[in-house]
Amino acid sequence: MNFSIVSYILSWILRFEAGFLLLPAFVGFLYGEGRAAVSYVGTALLCFLLGILLNRWKHSHFQLYAREGFTSVALGWIVISLFGAIPFVTTGDIPNYIDALFETISGFTTTGASILPAVEPLTHAGLFWRSFTHWIGGMGVFVFIMSVLPLMGGSTMNLMKAESPGPSVGKLVPKVKDTAKILYEIYIVITLLEIVLLCAFGMKLFDSMTITFGTVGTGGFGVLNDSLGSYSPAQQIIVTIFMILSGINYSFYFCLIMRQFKDAFSMEEVRWYLGIILGAAAIIILDIHDMYQSIGETIRHAFFQVGSIITTTGFSTVDFDLWPQLSKTVLVILMFIGACAGSTGGGIKVSRILLLFKSIGKELSLMIHPRLVKRIKMDDRNVGDEVLRSTFVYIAVYCVILFTSLLLIGVDELDFTTNFTAVAATLNNIGPGLEMVGPTQNFAVYSGFSKLVLMFDMLAGRLELFPMLIILVPSCWKKY
Amino acid sequence: MNIIIVGCGKVGYTLVEQLGGENHDITVIDEIEDKVHSITDELDAMGIIGNGVSYQTLLQAGIKKAHLLIAVTGSDEQNLLCCAVAKRAGNCRTIARVRNPIYYREIEFLRKELGITMIINPEMTSANEISRIFQFPSAVKIDTFSKGRIELLHFRVTKKCLLNNYELIHIRTTLKCNVLVCMVNRNDEVIIPRGGDFVFHEGDMVAIIAVPTEANAFFRKIGIGSIPVHTAMIVGGGTIGYYLARRLLSVGIATKIIEQDPDRCEHLSEMLPKATVICGNGTDQKLLLEEGLDKVDGFAALTGLDEENILLSLFAKKNSQAKVVTKINRINFSGVIDDLNLDSITYPRLLTADTIIKYARSLNNASLDSNVENLYKLEEGKAEALEFSIKEESVVTNTPLVDLRIKKNILVCCITRGNQVIIPGGQDELHVGDSVVVVLTNERLHNIRDILEA
Repeated sequence: MNFSIVSYILSWILRFEAGFLLLPAFVGFLYGEGRAAVSYVGTALLCFLLGILLNRWKHSHFQLYAREGFTSVALGWIVISLFGAIPFVTTGDIPNYIDALFETISGFTTTGASILPAVEPLTHAGLFWRSFTHWIGGMGVFVFIMSVLPLMGGSTMNLMKAESPGPSVGKLVPKVKDTAKILYEIYIVITLLEIVLLCAFGMKLFDSMTITFGTVGTGGFGVLNDSLGSYSPAQQIIVTIFMILSGINYSFYFCLIMRQFKDAFSMEEVRWYLGIILGAAAIIILDIHDMYQSIGETIRHAFFQVGSIITTTGFSTVDFDLWPQLSKTVLVILMFIGACAGSTGGGIKVSRILLLFKSIGKELSLMIHPRLVKRIKMDDRNVGDEVLRSTFVYIAVYCVILFTSLLLIGVDELDFTTNFTAVAATLNNIGPGLEMVGPTQNFAVYSGFSKLVLMFDMLAGRLELFPMLIILVPSCWKKY
Repeated sequence: MNIIIVGCGKVGYTLVEQLGGENHDITVIDEIEDKVHSITDELDAMGIIGNGVSYQTLLQAGIKKAHLLIAVTGSDEQNLLCCAVAKRAGNCRTIARVRNPIYYREIEFLRKELGITMIINPEMTSANEISRIFQFPSAVKIDTFSKGRIELLHFRVTKKCLLNNYELIHIRTTLKCNVLVCMVNRNDEVIIPRGGDFVFHEGDMVAIIAVPTEANAFFRKIGIGSIPVHTAMIVGGGTIGYYLARRLLSVGIATKIIEQDPDRCEHLSEMLPKATVICGNGTDQKLLLEEGLDKVDGFAALTGLDEENILLSLFAKKNSQAKVVTKINRINFSGVIDDLNLDSITYPRLLTADTIIKYARSLNNASLDSNVENLYKLEEGKAEALEFSIKEESVVTNTPLVDLRIKKNILVCCITRGNQVIIPGGQDELHVGDSVVVVLTNERLHNIRDILEA
């Protein structure tokens, strides 16, 4: 382990966080929340100074191997959360540090699971910071840093791989830096578009900004106690559309920009993703059609909830915990499927599910024709054995983490549905689960220990499991 | 520039490594997934798996927007075809590697008919370098600039050499030699000596510029002058061996080739009637001595095995006064090999990459509208030589160099005026129309005016 390069990267993370923290400070200043503004500026200063201090560590060489890449990303996300939680405590929004940390990790990992029974009493600065963490975490801290910093050549691919979701991380253009830039440009355009549209349909600027951060980052923190329930139908529809758009693979948008429309619309993953949304919404509409007055309202709620869960956003317009069992089951399955690879969403990812089903199909054909030779294809291209292997390993590790977490938080003796959906909602970065962690409830019921387990799940889910596991392996920390 | 490199072998890797550091957008193509990943995982390039000859693959790699395509796969035919397809698909410049001597004989025809910008033959390039070393036996390595008109000669200061603990100023005053010391590489650090009080030490690798006659006189005076090469022995009759023998024979050096394979020997003696071709194992010490190893002036170890070449060279050094050249193709331990005190080492792979990179740089500079005509990396990139052409009057022209406040670590080392090559002293001036070579460390210049202190 080359500690100097890790500390170099962490020093940049801290300095960037200092910059991010100035935004909520500014918001606090605008709303006349003196204590909040001072807290955020103070934390920013602390981060900046620590960043400078860390950078004084002599770094002998800039070679960033896979091991340093994974460790830097995992540590970077932990560090940014540790410091991001401080202002919640100092402003008095969330007095308990563990709770504040849970909220911050939930923010950065775009989970949106909260321990707060009510969010309305929070300061504006706090609400803004909560939502803004979604926006940073959505596309990724490291992707952001890479797009700005002239950081070390090609080995930065190791950072990008560790942070970007999906079975095989490709570049859009030859340079890592340019790829990161393009991703953020698309991201910013989508963000601005939604803010403008929401404002045009009568939402306050503050609400529209925070809701947008939660939508495009697929996070799910709202600023009202009933999430999105009290906004107008038109605003809910806009949010639905943008949630679904944010769950699409960003290379789809890149193809559109490059005018390769045929390539874009023939992307298997995107087709299946949209297909699954339509199918799931259809089942739910049939299931809940007698719960609401008009068919329009039913359709709106069904699509909103399906979009919110499959993209792992976690907003809600109604308490879907009151829906019939079939609808709830569909939603839980959607939790695991998740969004497209290369989007801002979490979950297992549609492309992995597709590869899994294709492999199952291949195995079945092999039993019928033992000498069959068949390559698995995706978008008309051969899928390498390495990609398949990593997909299977991913799913295996995913199950291990899921069941271990379930066992660990079992000590709190809550009912099974609550525990199961709590783990599913955090590991898949969704937010609300069912029963006691349902959309109108919160995670405050859990003990401090269980909260730590769930925090680990959130980070593991956002970072594609492996970075968080690697730092638990002792040999990772040896000098060589 | 957008560059596509077809073939992710050793040369491909070196090219991406070097060009990637210079802000080019690089896409690599290879049929073998692992090879592509070995590049994309470590270096900043995009990888595409497929056959580089295929139009579809080239389109996918962005041939329409590419400026340069470099084909360095293992097969000559594939390289040529790939360039021909790319030329028609994207109208970019193309470079192909062609090794087969049969094709190489018809290279001009192929180049023109297929519309290829440049064809490189790594074996030929290596052979040229080795023969140049035999012509300047005192030098360890020779870099050429300005289409070969200027030669930068590298040599090592040994214990018995006069330069050991010698002050730089005395070269001009006491030795009366008109040579210019450009760089000194001391313990992997490159120094550009300026001012007379610089002192040489044992083990320094010194690079000088001089006209050929002056250079040989200088080497004699400082006591490391070797006898000119009249007889040469080549172990390994592969392609480089063949090209080298042909070149040496053409300048009148008696050449003996030792080759193991009888068929190859037959073939060699057919193609090189003037050479002495010996069929035998080059690692047989008795055979080498029997064939007069102790009396030859030049010895080149060019077998297919790097390890064998190193041992052969050490043996030759021990048993003769010959100038020894070692070919190293595969292994990458330059730090260790340098310590073995072998005379000269040639790396065909790096030479190929170097030639291509020089070309890419000159293309890039032309497109960037910078005043730099050519850029050469020296001493593994620790120093650079830049070639400027002076197009207009400015603060640096028409003033004696001694009066210019030139930055530290920069040296004006050569002026080409018309056909005349001037090795500048303090009284020389720059004029409009001159072409100037400047050597520098750790800095980038874009204009000749940048050599002055701000």
